[in-house]
Amino acid sequence: MKNIRVSICTGTACFVMGASEIMMLEDSIPEDLQGRMNLEIEGVSCLEKCTNHNRQKAPFVLINDNLLENATLAGVIDALRTIVEEE
Amino acid sequence: MLHLNNNASKIKREILIRLTKLQLEGKLEEGAHYIPREMAPRGSEPFRCCIYHDREILRQRVIARLGWGLEDYDDDKKLADYAKEALEREAPTWPMLTVLDEACNACVKTQFVVTDACQACLARPCMLNCNKKAIEIKKSRAVIDKDLCNNCGLCMTNCPYNAIIKIPVPCEEACPVGAITKDENGKEVIDYHKCTFCGNCMRACPFGAMMDKSQLVDVIKHMMNGKKIHAMYAPAVAAQFRSAPGQLEGALMAAGFEKVWEVAQGADITAEKEAHEFEERMEEGAKMMTTSCCPAYVRAVKRHVPALESCISDTKSPMHYTAELVKKEAPDCVSVFIGPCLAKRREGMDDPYVDYVLSIEEIGALFVAKNIELEKQEIMHKENNPSPTGRNFAITGGVAEAVKVRLKQPEKLKAAVINGLSKAGMKQLENYGKINSGEIPATEDTPNLIEVMSCEGGCIAGPSVITNPKVAAIQLKKYLGQ
Repeated sequence: MKNIRVSICTGTACFVMGASEIMMLEDSIPEDLQGRMNLEIEGVSCLEKCTNHNRQKAPFVLINDNLLENATLAGVIDALRTIVEEE
Repeated sequence: MLHLNNNASKIKREILIRLTKLQLEGKLEEGAHYIPREMAPRGSEPFRCCIYHDREILRQRVIARLGWGLEDYDDDKKLADYAKEALEREAPTWPMLTVLDEACNACVKTQFVVTDACQACLARPCMLNCNKKAIEIKKSRAVIDKDLCNNCGLCMTNCPYNAIIKIPVPCEEACPVGAITKDENGKEVIDYHKCTFCGNCMRACPFGAMMDKSQLVDVIKHMMNGKKIHAMYAPAVAAQFRSAPGQLEGALMAAGFEKVWEVAQGADITAEKEAHEFEERMEEGAKMMTTSCCPAYVRAVKRHVPALESCISDTKSPMHYTAELVKKEAPDCVSVFIGPCLAKRREGMDDPYVDYVLSIEEIGALFVAKNIELEKQEIMHKENNPSPTGRNFAITGGVAEAVKVRLKQPEKLKAAVINGLSKAGMKQLENYGKINSGEIPATEDTPNLIEVMSCEGGCIAGPSVITNPKVAAIQLKKYLGQ
């Protein structure tokens, strides 16, 4: 099983742009993905990705070392599925 | 229901952040002009027919975010002039909600549509059940005559192929009091006399055509002019951001406020007075009393359920008592309530102690524009620690509970909660109104204290929140224990 660490930026800009929705991740993992990964979810303070013109790409989420821009709950789940299914 | 963090709400917040940055740099008038172009640049993918249409709508959004309505929209007036007049404005202007005609999709009036799934079957239950004879079969497909159809929905419920669907008009559907109707062009118009300013339409419109008029420009103007501004934050605000106790205070001080007050302090006063009032009214033989801290609810009763009006407690809201404390301590300050609510903007207009009402979106935009990270703020010591029950006003059931624990004989209380003034919630209200007037007899189960929250879930699910109410509920619990 793969270890996946999801770090959700909970900085102010990300929260204003909707990061709280992604905090629902733990309760939103679809059945077909359950038990297929070692998932660790954490809220982290500002990742500092939102400097000036990049702010419009908030919220930001780190999945292992990959940065997800304009992140949504559905987008994060999609990224998890890609990781689980690539073998 | 529409997700609270969607593209339309993100665009509204982005405009606020841009305007706030410009204002803080002293460039509001010259800079506002460029916002539509910067947000819909040449070569970008348009949301509508073209970027020029997008820009025109962005222009109107900027005007609403500068605190102006779009009802007397002037094509020729420059954004710079709207900005200039916003900076000269003495007080917020009525009404608090405006419709962006250009953004309104003019959602189709006929709400029932026959899809490709129609088999033009032999039984034809859609035709036979239609009281208005509005359905005919043409070219192997049922067709609804728009002029005859009265949107009863019987065709949809009777179709064995699920071939008939309902296309709702989201704002009209969300409005519990029928205050939104179409004009002759199919665009939505608000009847402000009926409107309770609950904010449901604002939350529900997928085109973001219902916008609240911002007061942030006014507050920042006073800050930049060196006025002393006191912030009063509602309990629901504490549940919006992730931070340690005292950091929200730190962030608000860093944003430029002179002093920060918890509205939960006022909630404690409200609960205390409401408990007294309840005991008095019961002694006098009243059938029931309702809470009064939700301004959308109070307005809903006054405008739509007069039979229940005598039951509304005379106790004022937590905002009022907090603002009274503020103005007693600092009569010359500018008092600013911060909350998740549109109806509070209306209430604030009538309250002599409240100068401005900001939304959570607005305070969030101010934090972002000033690069204020909540979790990196200094922890401020709180002078007063309101009770957990005062802080719990933000969630459904919290107010009734706060009253209960303050009663001399809590066992005499029979509390009921109306969780959300949807159309169904309004029916419940009407029912209680009939019991109060004697039209329907009271029974064993009739409650004697009714808490009404216009927003389902309470203030943490208000129309201008940024945080998912489930996450906010967890954060509110942490705040109670601080």
